[in-house]
Amino acid sequence: MNRRHFVTAGAAALSGVVVGCDRIAGTSGGGKGLHAAEWVTYRAQRILLGADKLAPEFSESDIAPHFRSNGTGDPPDKSYKLLARDHFQNWRLRIDGLVERPLDLSLSDLRSLPARTQITRHDCVEGWSCIGKWTGTPLSEILTRAGAKTQARFAVFHCADTMEGDDDSGDQAASSEGLADAKAKTAAQTLDNRVVRYYESIDLIDALHPQTILAYEMNGQPLSIPYGAPLRLRVERQLGYKMAKYVMHIELADSFATIGEGRGGYWEDRGYEWYAGI
Amino acid sequence: MAMSGERWIFRHSAAVRVTHWINAFCLTILLMSGLQIFNAHPALYLGKQSDFDHPVFSISAERQQDRLVGVTKAFGLGVTTTGVLGLSTAGDNGEEAVRAFPSWATVPSGQDLATGRRWHFAFAWLFLLNGTLYLVYSVVSGHMRRDLLPSSAGFRSLGRTLRDHVLMRFPKGDAARHYNPLQQLTYLVVIFVLLPLMVLTGLTMSPGIDAFFHPLAALHGGRQSARTVHFVAAAAILLFAAVHVAMVLVSGAFNNMRSMITGNYYLGGALE
Repeated sequence: MNRRHFVTAGAAALSGVVVGCDRIAGTSGGGKGLHAAEWVTYRAQRILLGADKLAPEFSESDIAPHFRSNGTGDPPDKSYKLLARDHFQNWRLRIDGLVERPLDLSLSDLRSLPARTQITRHDCVEGWSCIGKWTGTPLSEILTRAGAKTQARFAVFHCADTMEGDDDSGDQAASSEGLADAKAKTAAQTLDNRVVRYYESIDLIDALHPQTILAYEMNGQPLSIPYGAPLRLRVERQLGYKMAKYVMHIELADSFATIGEGRGGYWEDRGYEWYAGI
Repeated sequence: MAMSGERWIFRHSAAVRVTHWINAFCLTILLMSGLQIFNAHPALYLGKQSDFDHPVFSISAERQQDRLVGVTKAFGLGVTTTGVLGLSTAGDNGEEAVRAFPSWATVPSGQDLATGRRWHFAFAWLFLLNGTLYLVYSVVSGHMRRDLLPSSAGFRSLGRTLRDHVLMRFPKGDAARHYNPLQQLTYLVVIFVLLPLMVLTGLTMSPGIDAFFHPLAALHGGRQSARTVHFVAAAAILLFAAVHVAMVLVSGAFNNMRSMITGNYYLGGALE
C-alpha cells in the first residue's frame, strides 16, 4: 500500500463514517441507541448530584459586561406587547395542573414572597458561557403554596413567545425592525391556527432545587425583554435552553407526552436532549 | 507464544486487540461529532466565560470585496482557509456553506448540533467503558508493567531510538519483540495524559458535573478554558493517530495490521 493509496483509503473511510452515521441516526434502532445514552447520563447525574448539590456561584466582579441574549429577543406576539407596554402590570402567572390550590400571581405577589439572589454561569448548548446575577422567587416557595399532588412528576413552563407561526415568518423580522405593532400576530390569529410557543419542562427534583428560581431581576435591574421579561426560569445545573424566558403559566403534570410534540420542550421536540445537565 | 518455528510471536492479547479497535472507532466518532459541536459556536476562549470580542481561536467566514472567504484566527492572527475551514462546499449539491469544519469531517454531515451531541455522548460512554476495561486488564494481567513501562536501559537508549525513528530504521528480529522506549512513552502519554484530559475537560463542560464537583472547573482555569483544552488535546490525539498510522505503515504495514487483528507477529523480517 503506497502513500497515495493510503490517503485515498483514508478519505474513503472517513466519508464512509459520515454516510454510515447519517444513515444509522436516521433509522429507528440507531436513533433509540443514541437516545439511550441520554437516559444513562440522566441516571448517572441524578446519582451524583442528588437533590441538593448546588451549581457554583461567582462574585460580583465575575459578572459579564455583555451577557449574550439568545433565542427569542423580542416576542412577536401582540398579547405580549400589550403586557410589555404597561410594564407588565397586568401580567399574571398562572400555576395549575396537578396542584391542590391553583394560583394566579402578579409580579408584586411574587416580589412579596421570599427571594433568592445568585451569581451563576449560564452555559449555552452552543458552547459559550456568561456569568450573571439573578434574583427571583424559588420555585419551591410557589409549589409549596400551590401544593403539588402526589401524582405530579414534572413542572411544565408555558411561555409567551411564538416560535413558529402558521402564516409567515415575516412577523419575526418585522418586529425586530420595530414595525412590530402593525404587523404582529394577534392572539386570536395564532390560537386558531397551529402555532408553536416556547415551552420547557423539568422534573420535581430540579423544580424543588434551592437554586431553581423564577427570576424577575438580572444584575440588580428588573429583567429586560431580551432576557425574558417579566419572568424567566433559572435551572442552574442544566444548559440555557432549559431556562424558559417569558414564563406565563406553570403546569404540574405526570407526563409531558401530550404537550407539544411530546418530548418535553420546544428544543427537545427538535432533537435536543430533555435532560441538559451535560 | 511461538507458532510454527521460532520466528512467530503472539504479540497482542485478545483483550488488547478488541479494546484497541473499539477505542479507535470511538475516537473517530468522538472527533467527528466533536467538530460538529464546535461548529455550533466556532470560537474558543480562556477563563470562566466567553469574551466574545476576544476569542483565542476562531473559524469564521468574512466578506472581503464582495465575496465570502473562510478565515481561521489564532491569537488575533488570521489565515485564509476557504474550501476547508470557515467556508466549504457541502456534499451532494456542491453548494458553498458557511461552516467551521467541512461536512466531510463532521458527524452528522449536515449542520445539526442536536444529533452531533447525541453521537458524542453515546460514544463518550462507550469510550469510557472500553477504556476502563482496558486499564483494569492491563494492570491485572501485567501488560502495563511488562510491555508499556520503559526499563531504565530503555530510558538511556531513548536518544538513539529517536534518531533511528527519524532515519526510518525500525527494529527487526528479536529487537522487534518489544515496544521500543519511544513507543512506550508515547503510548503512556496518550493513555495517562491525553485521554484522561479529554474526559476531565469534557466533564467540566457539563453544568451538572460542575455542580457535583466545584474544583473541576477551577482546575482547568474555568469552563471556557476547559473547552479550549478539550479542543487542543483532541488535536494532539489526532496528531498522535496520524503519526501512529504512519509508523504502522512504514514499519511493516501487513505484519503490524495482522498482529493487531490476529495477534500474530512475524519476526523474520519484512513480509511485504
